[in-house]
Parts: sequence; structure tokens; C-alpha cells
Amino acid sequence: MLERFSTGASTFSGSIDHLIFLVAILVGFWLIVVEGALFWLMYRYRHREGHSSQYITGEEKHLTRWVTVPHILVMLCDIVIVIPAILVWVNVKQTMPPAEQTVRIFSQQWAWSFQQPGADGILDTADDIRTVGELHVKTDTTYRFELMSRDVLHSFSVPMFRLKQDAVPGRTITGWFRATRPGNYDIQCTQMCGIGHGLMAARIIVETPEQHSAWIRRASNPAVAAAAQPALDTDGAKLAEVRP
Amino acid sequence: MTTPATGAHAHLGSHGDEHGHHPQSFFHKYLWSTDHKMIAMQYLFTGAALALIGGYLAYVFRMQLAFPGMNVPGYGLVTPGKYNSLVTMHGTIMIFWVAMPVLVAAFGNFLIPLMIGCDDMVFPRINRLSYQVFLLSAIILIASFFVHNGAFGGAWTSYPPLSAKGAYNLSPLGASLWLIAVALEFVAFLLGGLNFVVTTMNGRAPGMRMWDIPVVVWMIVLASVLFMASVGPLIAGAVMLLFDQRLGTAFYDPGRGGDPLLWQHLFWFFGHPEVYVVLLPALGIVAEIITVFARKKLFGYRTVLYTTWATGVLSFVVWAHHQFIAGIDPRMANVFTITTLLISVPITEMIFVYIATLYGGSIRFTTPMLWALSFIAEFLIGGVTGIFLGASGADIYFHDTYFVVAHFHYTFFPSAIIGMFAALSFWYPKMFGRMMNETLGKIHFWGTVIAFNVIFIPLFITGAAGDQRRIYSYALFPEQAKPGLQHLRELSTIGVIVLLTFQIPFLINFFWSLKHGERAPENPWHSNTLEWTVPSPPPHGNFAELPTVYRGPYEYSAPGRKTDYWPQNEPIAPVEEAAL
Repeated sequence: MLERFSTGASTFSGSIDHLIFLVAILVGFWLIVVEGALFWLMYRYRHREGHSSQYITGEEKHLTRWVTVPHILVMLCDIVIVIPAILVWVNVKQTMPPAEQTVRIFSQQWAWSFQQPGADGILDTADDIRTVGELHVKTDTTYRFELMSRDVLHSFSVPMFRLKQDAVPGRTITGWFRATRPGNYDIQCTQMCGIGHGLMAARIIVETPEQHSAWIRRASNPAVAAAAQPALDTDGAKLAEVRP
Repeated sequence: MTTPATGAHAHLGSHGDEHGHHPQSFFHKYLWSTDHKMIAMQYLFTGAALALIGGYLAYVFRMQLAFPGMNVPGYGLVTPGKYNSLVTMHGTIMIFWVAMPVLVAAFGNFLIPLMIGCDDMVFPRINRLSYQVFLLSAIILIASFFVHNGAFGGAWTSYPPLSAKGAYNLSPLGASLWLIAVALEFVAFLLGGLNFVVTTMNGRAPGMRMWDIPVVVWMIVLASVLFMASVGPLIAGAVMLLFDQRLGTAFYDPGRGGDPLLWQHLFWFFGHPEVYVVLLPALGIVAEIITVFARKKLFGYRTVLYTTWATGVLSFVVWAHHQFIAGIDPRMANVFTITTLLISVPITEMIFVYIATLYGGSIRFTTPMLWALSFIAEFLIGGVTGIFLGASGADIYFHDTYFVVAHFHYTFFPSAIIGMFAALSFWYPKMFGRMMNETLGKIHFWGTVIAFNVIFIPLFITGAAGDQRRIYSYALFPEQAKPGLQHLRELSTIGVIVLLTFQIPFLINFFWSLKHGERAPENPWHSNTLEWTVPSPPPHGNFAELPTVYRGPYEYSAPGRKTDYWPQNEPIAPVEEAAL
């Protein structure tokens, strides 16, 4: 259903969409039934000359079942929703599949910056690739992210991935994603973070493994790295204090 | 009215000397009054004035969203900083300075003593103090628009560290004034809530058992209990935040041993019951109106109260569903998903009871009844869309999108605005002694309700398409900047303009009827509850002779009676006893 508005691009986007679809079917059913009953009763029992209203207390057994039966049905629907909701949640947020790559995501007023391993594939070495406003990842690779904030709360959201996680200063919050479709997608900040909140946009660039290794070679090029470095060196120093 | 009924009320009479009809100066009559009806008016007019301000703010930021960068007529250019202030203040004003003063304080003050057969609140001077503190808080809040860098813009939830440091939010004075205003406003409602609970428990007319109290009074009392039980942690949290802002403490500063998430727990521990503080009085108002205009006994009075209590208790254990993705331990989300979905059970049950009340009725579609029925129809949409957000897995996607915005407006708008208009059109004859114009009332009703849906249905769609909240312009987000979504945002803005325009017939109706409306009889709607047994408007001291109560409030169309209503205070006459 959500696909109409926003195409999924990660391995868990499908399961979240299915959950949303399930909820939509169940609550849509109840909405139609109850609104239908409301409007039908309004029409059926509108005031007409010669018809007076009935005296019903609604406390006898045969009457209370008009409330208790829907009560049980609503409870059943709740169970039908809770179980898949928790299963999806546990899969997305509570479990960490074996990661093939790690990226660090730094949020600050009002920009996203990223640190990922260079050609050597190891984080925190000299050839790490640091980017601002642009995160390059490859398809079919499980990424573990470490999300940090340098000042206030932010939230890392990639709608196409159905991924959203707040960043809290003083903490490193981990999570994962695995992209399925190459393309360029929005990264939003979805937690109010000051006057530049609406400007805190970035892009996530999902590449095929070949494109991605070509990008890594280009970005790890010492000349390119040096060009990107000066602006970030000071931030790098700050990061060290922020990390717990 | 056979029993003089002085015993139960004698101890309340410390202010009885004020009940004479001696002439009062303007100041004493309108500004320094301890009369619950006058305090209700003060709350009502202050709340309504702030509602106009809140509506104006919504108009300004919706114009910016529909036509980014435009010079908004009546405001000017909306900068990102101003935009944040506008949305923050809109939320704050509408919840704390409109929904609560109008629904809880104004109608609580007006209705409780009249409906339970009491001459005034138990603590009239505390009541007066409550309004004065409230007025002070409103003045401080409005003043914050005019300080350096304008009003606070860190969202109505005011999450630290953004709200804690001027270097982050750039409006340090605005942030502190916001916090002081909110804290004072809570003090005002603590004082008011105390009065509501004590008055209802101790001031009831002889013969009125717990099960004879009208539902709206129960709902306001339970809302006050919820408020008083939940607000303590938030006031403590607000003081800590104020210390962080002004004294350089570090309760919420992670760099110095604090924790920003602490505020979120304190805030939402209050914030979720607060939803029910606003909702319950509206549900009570609707119960009074549908029984009167369907001429029906409420279907299962006790069921309504049991479900209300259940909802109230559950509302204290659902707060972390606002924080699923905030960085709390993800395992906590599983518990809060279950409690959150559980709360749907008593609430749906209550709505079923209301709908079942219509069965077998004889429904007259007067203006108050239209408002009451539209409350049920619209609130249902708000209720079911909440399930998407309570289900943790789905909330990952919907959290902080316009879907959430649309969802809570479908709960708050029916409660605060539809509930307010329902109550006003229903009790206007009692409050002001005149009838309102039905035609203008219906024009106002249809314009408001249709425009409301035009505003928020498009926002469900933009939210599902990924529009995040509190964004000044989507130009930098290519997926959200598509023309299709922009058209929906424009449609929503048109809805706001139409909605605000349709308040003009209401204002005309309200003020014109004050002077020129048809004079209201004591009981224009043929209702049972005690407020309809006194003159319209009720005199100082309410009851010439305090009433005695013989039955519950919803004895409509009782068999064997000539009239289809049966006032609570009407003794069983010998003739009718024989007939029974």
C-alpha cells in the first residue's frame, strides 16, 4: 500500500509495509463498520412525528453483549496486530545481523557527516573516507551504523529504507540496514534540532558493488582525501570527546 | 423540592455573605469574582481569544508550507526561525491555553456546581486564584513573542539539549518564558482540579449518589485526577530544565553527567495522560448532548464510567510509545506496544456505548447534536489511525511524519474544538439567557467540519509519502518536493483558510445572540440535569432553594410518564406513583 507513495529500498522495508497493510485492513474494517452503524442509526432513528423513543437502560445481559462482543473482537484484533508489530520491531531494532560493513554517522546542527573505511576495509585508519551530506553504500551488503550527535537530538531517517533512529548526544546508537535497490534517496532529520532543522538534508547513494568499489578507489585517492580533510579535522577532534 | 437541604451545604457557606444581590463594582463583578460562573466566563473568553491566536499562527505556517517563501498576508516573510516559533507556539497554545482552559476549566467551573446542585465551588477563592495564575501564564506566553529572537522554537515537547542552551536554540529568553508560562499554567490547573474533585465529592445535593452524577461531571473530575497525578513529574522536570537554562546545571547535559532522555520520560509521563485530560471532558459533553437530543437513556451509564477508569489507569503506562525510536532500550518498545494497543479496548467500548445510545431514539439534529455526532464520527478516525503509531514496527516509518500530525489533530480537534462548540451551543442558553440562531449555527457547523477534513485528510497522505514534521520548506528533499505532494499541501492550506473564515458566522451568532437572541426559558432542551432547573442565566448562588435528587440524569422517555423527560429533582408525585 505504501509502495504507492514511497518505494521501499531496504530488506526490511517490505516487512514494515506489510505490517502497515495489515493494520490498515483491520482498522479500515472497524472504521467502516462503526461509521456505518453510526450513520445508519442516525438515519433510522431520526425524529418522526408519532414515533417516540424507547426506554433502554443498556445494563441487561442481552443488551450488554452489543458492547462485550465487539470488545472481545477488538481485543483479538489487537493481538493480531501486536504480534507482527513486535516481530518486525525485533527484526529491525533489536537484532543485529552479522555486519559486513560499518559506517559512522555524525549529526550536528545542521549537517550529516559520515565516516567509512577506505580501500583497506578497516575503520579508523588513515584512508577512512569522510563525506558530508552524502553517504555511499552498496546493495546487498549489511551495514552496521553507529549514530552519534555532536550537539542536540537529531533523527536519522531514510524513508525509502523505512529506517528512522534518533541520535542522542553522549551516546552511540547502533543499528543496521541492507539496501536492495540502487538509487539516490533522501536522508531527513526528523527530530526538531533548531532553526536549520529544515535544511538538514542529505542523500544516501546506493550503488552496485562495482560502482561502489570504483567510488572507494576515487575517494580514497590521497589527493581527494586531502581536499576533503581540512574542513573535517577539527570535527574529528571533537568526536573523540563526545564518544562515551 | 421538599427538603430544605441545608445540612450538606452548610459547611460550604463561608462565602455565603457574597451571595446577596448587593450592587458590585465592575472590578468586583468581572475581574475579582469568586462566582464559579464568572470564573468560567473568564476562562472561556481567555481560551477563545487564545484559540484565535493559535488559529492565526496555523494560518501563517500553512501559507509558508503551501507557498514557500511567500510574503504571508497579515504576517510577512516566514524565516526558518520564525517558522519554528510558529509551530511551537501553535501546539503549546492549542493544548495548554485553549483545550484545557475551555474544556476543563470553563465548562468544569460552569457545570460542576450547577449539575451537582451546589451554590458554588468548595474553595471559591482558590478558584479565583486559579484563573489569575492562568491569566498570568497566558500573558507571559504571549510576551515571549516580543523578546529578542522571538518566541521559543524548539517544538511544544521542548526536548533538551536544544531547549536547554541558548547557543542551540538561539532564543534563550523565549525558551525560559515558555517554560515559566507552562509551569504556571500547570499550577493554575492544579488549583482548579483540586476544586473540581473536592466539590464533586463533598458538595453534591442531598440524594445524589455517585451513580447519579452526570457523566460530564465524572469526566471532568477524572480528567482533573489524571492531570493532578501526572503533572508532578513534569513540574519537577520543568524546574530542572529551567535550572539548566538559567543556572548552568546539567540535569539534561550528557557532557556533564546528565541525560536528555530523562526529560522525555518526565514529559510524556504527563503528556500522554494529558491527551485524556482533554478527551474525557469532550466525551462527557457528548454524552449529555446525545441523550438529550435522542431522548434516550445513556446505554450503560456504568459501562461508560468503568471504561473511563480503565482508560485513565492505562493512560499512565503507555507514555514511551512517543519514544520508540528515541534511543531507549528497544526491548521497552514491546511492552509499550502492548499497553498502547490495550487502551484501544476501553475507548472503543465507550464509543460503542455512545453509538448504541442512538438505537431506538428519536433524534433531532439541532446544532449541538450535530456537533456531538460529528465528534464521534471524526474521533473514530483519530482513534483508528493511532493504531498505526502504537504498533512499534509501523511507527518506525510513521514516527514524526505528517501522518502523526493528522492523527493527533483528529483526536484533539474533535475534543477541543468540536467539543467546545458542542458545549457552547448546548449550554449557551443557560450561560447567557438567550438562544443562539440555529441557521447560523448550522452554517458554522458544516463549514468547520468539512474544512477540518479538507485540512487533515491530505496530511495523512503526505505523511504516508514521507513528509517529516516541522520542516520549513521541502525544497532540499527531492522526494518530498514533488508537485503532487505540494498540491496536497496547498489543499490543506486552503482548508485552514476556509475553516478560519467559517468562524465568522459563529462570532456573529455569539455576539448578536447575546443581545438579540430569543430569551431562553429555564429548560429549553427538556433536559433532566439540575442546571436546567434554575433561571437562565443562573443567579449568584445558583439555587433559590438547594435541590434534592431522586434519580439518575438520563431518565428520558421513561415509560408511564406524560413527558419524555424526568428532571433529577422532581419528587415522585402521588398520582404518578399510583400510575406506576
